[in-house]
Amino acid sequence: MQISGAQMVIEALIAEGVDTVFGYPGGAIMNVYDEIYKQNSFKHILTRHEQAAVHAAEGYSKASGKVGVAMITSGPGFTNAVTGLADAYMDSIPLVVISGQVPMSLIGTDAFQEIDAVGISRSCTKHNYLVTDAKDLARVLKEAFYIAASGRPGPVHVDIPKDVTAQIAEFNYSFELDLETYKPHVKGNPRQIKKAMEAIAKARRPLFYLGGGIVNSNAAYEVRELVHKTGIPAVETFMARGVLSHDDELLISMLGMHGSYAANMAMSETDLVIGLGARFDDRVTGKISEFAKNAGVIHVDIDPASISKLVIADYPIVGDVKNVVNEMLEQSALINPVKYASWRETIRNFDELHPLAYHEDTDRLKPQWVIQRVGELLGDSANISTDVGQHQMWSAQFYPFTRPRQFISSGGLGTMGFGFPAAMGVKVASPEKISINFTGDGSILMNCQELMTAVEKKIPVINIILNNNYLGMVRQWQTLFYDKRHSETDLSVQPDFVKLAEAFGGIGYRVTTKAEFDVALKESVEKNIVSFIDVVVERLENVMPMVPAGGSLFNMMLLEKKEKK
Amino acid sequence: MQDENARRVISVIVVNEASVLSRITDLFSGRGYNITSLTVAPIPESRYSRLTIVTSGSIRVIEQITKQLHKLIPVLKVYEHADLVEKEMTLIKFPVSENITDIATLCAAYNGKIVNVGENIIIVMVADEPKRVDNFLKIINKYNPKEIVRSGAVALER
Repeated sequence: MQISGAQMVIEALIAEGVDTVFGYPGGAIMNVYDEIYKQNSFKHILTRHEQAAVHAAEGYSKASGKVGVAMITSGPGFTNAVTGLADAYMDSIPLVVISGQVPMSLIGTDAFQEIDAVGISRSCTKHNYLVTDAKDLARVLKEAFYIAASGRPGPVHVDIPKDVTAQIAEFNYSFELDLETYKPHVKGNPRQIKKAMEAIAKARRPLFYLGGGIVNSNAAYEVRELVHKTGIPAVETFMARGVLSHDDELLISMLGMHGSYAANMAMSETDLVIGLGARFDDRVTGKISEFAKNAGVIHVDIDPASISKLVIADYPIVGDVKNVVNEMLEQSALINPVKYASWRETIRNFDELHPLAYHEDTDRLKPQWVIQRVGELLGDSANISTDVGQHQMWSAQFYPFTRPRQFISSGGLGTMGFGFPAAMGVKVASPEKISINFTGDGSILMNCQELMTAVEKKIPVINIILNNNYLGMVRQWQTLFYDKRHSETDLSVQPDFVKLAEAFGGIGYRVTTKAEFDVALKESVEKNIVSFIDVVVERLENVMPMVPAGGSLFNMMLLEKKEKK
Repeated sequence: MQDENARRVISVIVVNEASVLSRITDLFSGRGYNITSLTVAPIPESRYSRLTIVTSGSIRVIEQITKQLHKLIPVLKVYEHADLVEKEMTLIKFPVSENITDIATLCAAYNGKIVNVGENIIIVMVADEPKRVDNFLKIINKYNPKEIVRSGAVALER
């Protein structure tokens, strides 16, 4: 059929089963927005900033497992979206981001709102396209969705000049893709898998090292089965929180810079690391030469470039975690769980020595208490997004996660301002769950304009601001490593968060006691309107344990021991 | 011991499309890899181009480079050459006042010849292994070369 480029975009989105587009219109993308106006197949959510549109699409994708879609205009619309693209790239989130571009005849003339968008997005996307002819649109969009979701997922950016969206051409979306140069390797080499299983059977202190790839590959329940059948303890990366349930006896907790003592010690004492969809990030490994020093390494990853990039793998297995774990399960009879009883005991002892904990020794609320309390009250019924900083680490440490895709946070890029829009996307993707955003008094001011979106579209995100009047994480480093010179991190001057929420039509609470917090949370859930709960917390609380940057994983700063009150 | 900064030659077959060269060079600059030389030209009667990249680094770095190159969507194949035939072409401009007979003889020894003669200058070309080209350039230094252009290496697996 002969249709316009703009109509093609709509048809392609419908064919891909897209039900929600997050975006912000502008000059160069107007032809497409005109077609959005005319259709009823998917809903469009107008965010109040392009960055938020992309973060919302990320949240939507992470909660649903589907490709997130965002739409923006050229120039500043696009540059505002770049942070979102980079965030999705670092955390392997499948997105298709469509931007308008100035007409072809004006490209290269420094036209109004012109920027070399594909030049900018090249290094922060899995792939990108500048579409120069409407005849290519069907193929490009189909490729974009396929590339975003397959292999190691990631964002794909499609830049479409305004005259291409106006151009009439033949459109056919029902064809088979043939990408000669892109064939993700999903099936692990059976010989390598067998060798890995034999190595596990021989090991005395093996350790599962679970990463976010398990969530991307929807393999959490297979991994749970493998962990239980083998009786091998497991640590989770930040990105893998929820792969095992918090109450799983074999889960040691999170490892890394703010990992638990037991998790970091287990990783330091293990004789075989079984890495599943994890990439040995520097926040996980600490000093790399000391990381799991005496251990062999099995590394399962769909991205060959992740294997032996930082830690050399003795048993590299390129493939989709789900496929590989299923094959491992078939051979799990090789492994006798009883054999690891004393290893599990050792780890239990580590955990008893220095459990993840905090002291309730101040008049002000402890931020960790707030997170635990939300966990007690809402538990599995909430999805948890976060911004970036101390509150983010405390959320990862103290929330009782029960399932994959429950925890949505900016891991790789560490984007302040991610949480609120992401939590909106999460709510849109799974409306049956309560959508919580744990945030800080620093982070929430980046993208607080999304209150308007949340009010307009009735997206009842509960933003819990752990307010310590500091850029807390930077303040913590300044306290510990810069001789308490708190340079530009004191946020004593701040808005009235209650009035701020109310100004947009949301609801707000300022909370200083446990009882007040319970009331505020209960009312927020019941009223089903976007809310800010501004919780006054202890100002100088530090995230502990902590592995100083570049230090060895086993050299942790620990919570000071005190008599419990 | 493996030389940490050994010279390596990598060939990359890519779909011949807009901005594919930027994808390759962005990858090198973004990840902090060196490019000593880079040549690119379409492969006749196909939709592909071939790049020959001379770089340097340890085995692990080179392994990362080849894997990262592979991840780029328009990349079809990546070869890291061990046993290869490698050639580089070079053009050099001399004043005619220099000893042209000597220069011509030297050129011949390096698969070259005089390719242009002007009123004041001559231009010669040589085409040889990059190491031999280095050598040649050292030798002809005494004939006061005015300009030197090296093409960068091209290579084929034996």
